[in-house]
Amino acid sequence: MNDSISRPLASRRTVLAAGGVTTAAATLAACSTGTPAGGGGEDEAPAADFEERGPITFARGKDTSGKLAEFLETWNSEHPDEEVTLIELPESADEQRTQMINNAQAKSDAYTILGLDSVWTAEFAANQWVVELPQDKFPLDELIPATVTTATYFDKLYGVPFITNAELLFSRTDLLEAAGLDGPPESFEEMYAAIETLQEEDPELLGFGSQYSKYEGLTVQAAGLVASAGGELFDAEGKPHADSAEAVAGIQTVRDGFDRGLIPQEALTYKEEESRAAFQDGRLAFQQNWPYVWALGQAEDGSSKVNGKMVASLVPGFDGPGSSTLGGLNLGISAFAKNKGTAVDFIGFMVDAVQQKEWGLATAQAPANVGVYEDADMLEAFPFLPQLKEAIDNGASRPAAVQYGEVTQAIQEAAYACFSGEKDAEPAMKDLQTRLTELQ
Amino acid sequence: MTAAATRSTAAGGGRGKKIGGDHGRMAYLLLLPTLILLALVVGFPLVLSAWQSLMQTGQGIDPATGLIIKGDTFVGLDNYIDAVTGAGAGAGFWNAFWNTTLFTVVGVSIETVLGVAMALIMAKAMRATGLVRASILIPWAIPTVVSALMWQLIFDANGIANRLLDYQVLWTTEGWQAKAAVLIADIWKTAPYIGLLTLAGLQTIDKQVYEAATVDGANRWQTFWRITLPLVRPVLVVAVLFRLLDAMRMFDLPYVLLGTLDSGQTLSMLATDAAAKTNFGAASAYSMVLFAYICLVAFLFIRLLGADVIGDQNRPPKKRRNPRRLRTTSEGSMP
Repeated sequence: MNDSISRPLASRRTVLAAGGVTTAAATLAACSTGTPAGGGGEDEAPAADFEERGPITFARGKDTSGKLAEFLETWNSEHPDEEVTLIELPESADEQRTQMINNAQAKSDAYTILGLDSVWTAEFAANQWVVELPQDKFPLDELIPATVTTATYFDKLYGVPFITNAELLFSRTDLLEAAGLDGPPESFEEMYAAIETLQEEDPELLGFGSQYSKYEGLTVQAAGLVASAGGELFDAEGKPHADSAEAVAGIQTVRDGFDRGLIPQEALTYKEEESRAAFQDGRLAFQQNWPYVWALGQAEDGSSKVNGKMVASLVPGFDGPGSSTLGGLNLGISAFAKNKGTAVDFIGFMVDAVQQKEWGLATAQAPANVGVYEDADMLEAFPFLPQLKEAIDNGASRPAAVQYGEVTQAIQEAAYACFSGEKDAEPAMKDLQTRLTELQ
Repeated sequence: MTAAATRSTAAGGGRGKKIGGDHGRMAYLLLLPTLILLALVVGFPLVLSAWQSLMQTGQGIDPATGLIIKGDTFVGLDNYIDAVTGAGAGAGFWNAFWNTTLFTVVGVSIETVLGVAMALIMAKAMRATGLVRASILIPWAIPTVVSALMWQLIFDANGIANRLLDYQVLWTTEGWQAKAAVLIADIWKTAPYIGLLTLAGLQTIDKQVYEAATVDGANRWQTFWRITLPLVRPVLVVAVLFRLLDAMRMFDLPYVLLGTLDSGQTLSMLATDAAAKTNFGAASAYSMVLFAYICLVAFLFIRLLGADVIGDQNRPPKKRRNPRRLRTTSEGSMP
């Protein structure tokens, strides 16, 4: 069992504004979120019927590129009797999840295909809100294996990866030269040494930055660090090992960066956009972030001070490059939906190389389909694609956590306590181990 | 519900000593739709969530298939006990409780002082009153989420707040600075509300009272404490009460400004958080605690300060705590 604590989709970097209001209203509605009682003691769901065909719906977050509408048009004109309707959910991933859970608890057939963040697989599968998918009906061998793993729970497939993602290290080429390096640093040690050299010249330079604010992004960092150091937060049996020597060493490395002034204190307030802004303003020499920062950093309209001076590489590790946490969106089928046969066909259509390439070009999101990474058009549009592919292949896979909300919160508490200097790495990770054990 | 009922009782009682006869029956009949609606949208969810707070949602996992063993189990008061002792899922309870209390007490106190000051200034500035009032209203009119985002920019590590201070305070990291950030944003937004209500109260005070005070040789300070404040008190107390109830349920501001930082977590946020983790029993328990807390504060406030929420000032005066209080004709006509 494998899976992941990974990263929110790009959409999570937008603040959960709209979500805040709705949730607030829901909570304040006189403390009465009287949820249906989970359907006490239910029987096993009957075996899913993958032959039934007809109109279906596709529920996912807002698509700002407009590409999805085009895909639906193509599909609907070819399959007039099996029309797919898009249901746009809020932009915030948390809100999408809440709506899908509400829908599942009402056993409504309103949503057929669900766009699931890769970290939700375990929760949705364990609650039987999505059905197990027939592996032979999808071109799984065309998809990157590491991404298929994020859609798998207890060796069963519950989703098909549509897009994926991995973080990269972005360095300033001019500063690399100034520090006497031929290429981007591969390990933290190398990177820290370079920053020290650079800061002797320019004490204002902030050094390295990534997402160390207390939110989902911190889990992404912590999980990646532990994996890079050769540890694992959970083993294959799902037992936590947060206090292993490797895990402690992984977390300690970033703490050292803070202590030595090579990572600025203000990085404790960084989410994706803040670290991107600091890098783009030329204040950071290195940033670890998602690939979306590339296009913005290379903008030539004066918004970026580092255009033409960026290079992407694998995230820093210990004896060599580290591994990044995978993000991504998987497509699952609601257990309560009709016409699952059409749903299977439509998912196959969405992960087909043609659609995957168009989607990649239109949205700059990393496709799950392997073939697209060798496509000439894609390589021209995204020069860092080979590095990204490598990062995804080496992406950290971790055991599934059904109570993902609790697990990620515990990881954030521990990592934040350590990075902010409140606790040392060892006691912080010991506390985390205790908490994760409690959650078993 | 109570308000409406009391009112009708008062009205019915005024005409013929007690409720009875056709008038009474008619009154109840007319009220029935309202009562049914309230029972449906307030009573029913409340009872349901009280019941849910005694349950625990199944979290057991079948080791072979990894599937959740479903079903709610009745656990009695366990959710409440977990919250009070801070065990297990209730770990964040006291932090959230004290944050809620801090934001309410400190926030509303400062808002009241500032609000009254604003009202006094607005009452004096008789020129362009419309403009002054509109501009004071702006913070109140901006949706909280939007103002929270705005303050997030201000409190950014390299934002305006730090530029002005010429010192880098990391406002959105754990600690007192995060609480201060929430308080500042909240006070900025809601002090105008108290200011406006107080202003409305100030304008109903009869000018003659002030003239009389001037003739008697009262200075400004005495005028404020002996005349303005007592006369504006009924309005002010209601405004403060509404703010108290509002502040205790605070959710959107810290949620957007600070995210999941412990320093900004309130009881409402804790309940939402538990619900998001499908831990509905605990979520309901926190909500019930918050509900009881708000009821208690409202009750004490009305009891101690005599907030006149219903607006039944026309009743014959009962015993007054301050018999020498000035009364004017205008007081009775206040809403």
